[in-house]
Amino acid sequence: MSIPVLALERVRKAFGSEVVLEDISITVPEHTATVFIGASGSGKSTLLRCINLLEQIDDGTIKLDGADITDPSVDPDEVRRKLGMVFQSFNLFPHMSVVENIILAPMRVHSKSRDEAIAEALELLDRFGLREKAEQYPDRLSGGQQQRVAIIRSLAVKPRLLLLDEITSALDPVLVNEVLSTVRDLKEHGMTMLLATHEMGFAKEVADEVCFLEHGRILEWGKPEEILENPKKPQTKEFLKRVHEAGRL
Amino acid sequence: MSQEVGRGSDHTSDSAPYSFGGQWSPSAIELERRLARKARSRKNALVATLSSILVLGTLAAIVVTSPGWKSLSDTFFKWAYGFEVLPKIILGFGANVFLTVIAATSVGIFGLILALVRTSRSPAITPFRILATIYVDIFRGIPMLLIILLVGFGIPALRLQGVTNNVFILGICAVIITYSAYVAEVIRSGILTVHPSQRAAARSLGLSNFQTLRYVVLPQALRRVTPPLLNDLVSLIKDTGLVSILGVTDAIRAAQIASSRSFNYTPYVMAAGIFLLVTIPLTRYTDRTLRKSIERQNAQGLA
Ligand SMILES: Nc1ncnc2c1ncn2[C@@H]1O[C@H](COP(=O)(O)OP(=O)(O)O)[C@@H](O)[C@H]1O
Ligand SMILES: [Mg+2]
Repeated sequence: MSIPVLALERVRKAFGSEVVLEDISITVPEHTATVFIGASGSGKSTLLRCINLLEQIDDGTIKLDGADITDPSVDPDEVRRKLGMVFQSFNLFPHMSVVENIILAPMRVHSKSRDEAIAEALELLDRFGLREKAEQYPDRLSGGQQQRVAIIRSLAVKPRLLLLDEITSALDPVLVNEVLSTVRDLKEHGMTMLLATHEMGFAKEVADEVCFLEHGRILEWGKPEEILENPKKPQTKEFLKRVHEAGRL
Repeated sequence: MSQEVGRGSDHTSDSAPYSFGGQWSPSAIELERRLARKARSRKNALVATLSSILVLGTLAAIVVTSPGWKSLSDTFFKWAYGFEVLPKIILGFGANVFLTVIAATSVGIFGLILALVRTSRSPAITPFRILATIYVDIFRGIPMLLIILLVGFGIPALRLQGVTNNVFILGICAVIITYSAYVAEVIRSGILTVHPSQRAAARSLGLSNFQTLRYVVLPQALRRVTPPLLNDLVSLIKDTGLVSILGVTDAIRAAQIASSRSFNYTPYVMAAGIFLLVTIPLTRYTDRTLRKSIERQNAQGLA
């Protein structure tokens, strides 16, 4: 068996006395998508932020391509270069145009020339149908376009793994689909992904594995059909029922 | 140009239902409305002009016909004398401009450093952070005139080797010391208003702490605090006049000399006019920047 892109072993995270993640162990093989579902406050964002080393874990290990990234001697900037992350909102830098947003990291972090970075950025924008927005500033884009640009920006550094934290939660319902189809496209092209989402229909479609988080623990995990259609735990059933009532299944 | 008027005219019939036609020309109703609006705005302008003339004219008449007007205008508005000493005052104002340029540059650099130190979370910076906080608290809390006196007269009194006794330099130093504390706070508030997700987004792209500051946080912060910084610049220009107390011959000191020679206060009025010549355009410009920056932030809120 080949080494998984990401492997978490018994990860624990607390803020002060509040334990937010407990005993989290998952593996994410290459070209697969793992989706985290769970109520607000269950720890999804914290988990993704820990993987990105934006938060420091209190116990356990996180391995990226087999290398322990939680070792204190590891340079977090070095790790983050291999990861892409998109947040719920406020992703884009408002003082830079779309193309400037995209070329920032390739130029400053990966030492590409401006011309090369721009050429690659335009190619990506082209591929996702946003070519004509290249010179626009983020406040002139729709929320859906902003999130798609944020995804493109994280792709520009060719990450090993993409972390997407509820990237459609702040969007108008009519804009959700264009963002989801961008993610679908990435999945089809073999991008390894970790997502937190409330879009259950979408989870069922792209996920190779679904994890249900409650109070910082993985209560249930498995194939999307199992978890989303035949959950074993009463808490999972209850959660899915509530999401269903909110009209998102 | 077609002169067609009226709604539902036939050039929308060709293509898609949402085609807005090629050439829109205002309908009869719209033309009528425009005429009415124009008439109303002309009437408004007339009313504004008449009422201004009436109110200001009355005020002027009251002042000019009052019993004290003669001595008042002899004391403050003796233009012949005013223009006689104007060159000296303008020369003095050169010192204010020079002081402003040097001080503004140094304050910008020093204030930025103080703000960065105060907002840094790095443990190595901790002692400097404490020092910067104390510095800002102290120098924001003392009247600048006191600082000028302390630095301008106090430091020469120490008779230190290699330290200047030049009041001009000491005056600049006092202004820089004080204004850096103000500006540091303004910049710091700007840094704090940048959304934390912006930092997280930059760091997750692999940017270092410094790069995040340099390319993401500071540009946004400085843009946001440009209006208050411009306000501080206006205050700085005026406050450079305070160093006249050390004997620096600036516009105020030049006016003072001219005034004491003739027991006439017109030179002060001239000096005031020169300051206004610079500060009023700058104040208008600041207002415009502020309005634009508010518009921009509102636009961002919508997105
Ligand atoms: N920086 C922080 N300091 C203290 N508590 C936090 C912090 N970030 C998150 N938490 C807490 O951690 C828990 C999990 O939050 P989060 O990971 O955002 O959940 P989710 O993304 O699933 O909604 C919540 O109870 C939240 O209050
Ligand atoms: Mg969250």
